[in-house]
Amino acid sequence: MNSSEVMTRLPDLVNQDTALVRRGRWLSNVFLVEAGTTQFLVHVDKGRLLSVEHGPFVMPSWSFAIRASESVWQRFWQPLPAPGDNDIFALRKTGEMSVEGNLQPFMANLIYIKQVLATPRALMER
Amino acid sequence: MSALLEPTIGRYLSLDLDGREHRLYFEEAGQGIPLVCLHTAGSDTRQYRALLNDPAVTSDFRVIAFDMPWHGKSSPPIGWHEEEYRLTTEAYTTMIMRFVESLELEQPVVMGCSIGGRVVLNLARTHGSVLRAVIGLQSSGHVDPYYDTTWLHHCDVHGGEVSAGYVYGLIAPQSPDPDRWETLWHYMQSGPGVFKGDLHFYMVDGDIRDQLCDIDTKDCPVFLLTGEYDYSCSPEHTRDAASRIEGAQVTIMEQLGHFPMSENPDQFRRYLLPVLDEIRQFS
Repeated sequence: MNSSEVMTRLPDLVNQDTALVRRGRWLSNVFLVEAGTTQFLVHVDKGRLLSVEHGPFVMPSWSFAIRASESVWQRFWQPLPAPGDNDIFALRKTGEMSVEGNLQPFMANLIYIKQVLATPRALMER
Repeated sequence: MSALLEPTIGRYLSLDLDGREHRLYFEEAGQGIPLVCLHTAGSDTRQYRALLNDPAVTSDFRVIAFDMPWHGKSSPPIGWHEEEYRLTTEAYTTMIMRFVESLELEQPVVMGCSIGGRVVLNLARTHGSVLRAVIGLQSSGHVDPYYDTTWLHHCDVHGGEVSAGYVYGLIAPQSPDPDRWETLWHYMQSGPGVFKGDLHFYMVDGDIRDQLCDIDTKDCPVFLLTGEYDYSCSPEHTRDAASRIEGAQVTIMEQLGHFPMSENPDQFRRYLLPVLDEIRQFS
């Protein structure tokens, strides 16, 4: 399942998890996820994912961006990721993933965002 | 119905550190060889709750864990509100030895995790002759800064939530959920700037790589246990430290991360018990 297919399913994966939505209730904004050259804008309203827009975008506006190659996201989304592939910061440490932009909403909702981006692991198990 | 009381007993100790009075909280259980346990940065002794309740350990070891000043139930010293907390190698080393001396612990084993795994190597170097052995969990000689610690103490971000968020991925995916979230809860309770202050030792002040060759493992055996999922103090960090210490024993632990004793106690004891057996045999 490539990143476009995964990101299409992301709103359902997140919104069906009431504890996760509650954890993100203070976050309402738009953030960018980049997989290689493919971009996605994730629209969040009080922890619920309203939509995921698929790029390319002409002049995208977002608060923070999380970028990695397609293959890195595939490793990250494995049902049981290998050591070093299991966390955004682990991949940031190796330089395979970057986080940039306005980091305040990212840091203030860190567990929520880590969990949102890891929800596709359940998808990969099926 | 009788109360389900654990064997663990908690007490407070008055300790003079660097000319300032401190009130230190510690817990203990068991009898025999003293085993002093050091918690990770920004956490407290609850990380050793399983060890304190494990008869396979407490039958022959007196397990003692203390909350460092500023952590858990140990208060910061008087005047704390007028200073920035920053842990240094010297203060950390002195604190542990003062604790050992105050309780008159003879030839203790000292086991520490993360910052504790670092400082036990320094203890082996500076106080090896009065220690029976050291056990380093997630040990390193140095870790380069790999994230911006400013966010750990910032008015726009909840310190407890972000501290737990930082360490969230340091726990192995296989660790049981109850122990994962217990471990994170400890981080959520840490005081403002305390985790950040501990990382001053971990990432800045505590670079002891060049001193590790001074450790004499015949005097003080060194056992290093590191979880494979720890990307902060990774297996590579531990192997690098071990390569500088002649005679150090290294084991990489499967299905464990940065908090082995707290995130998955059952998996951890499979690796720890053989080490304690070896220590018991040469004691």
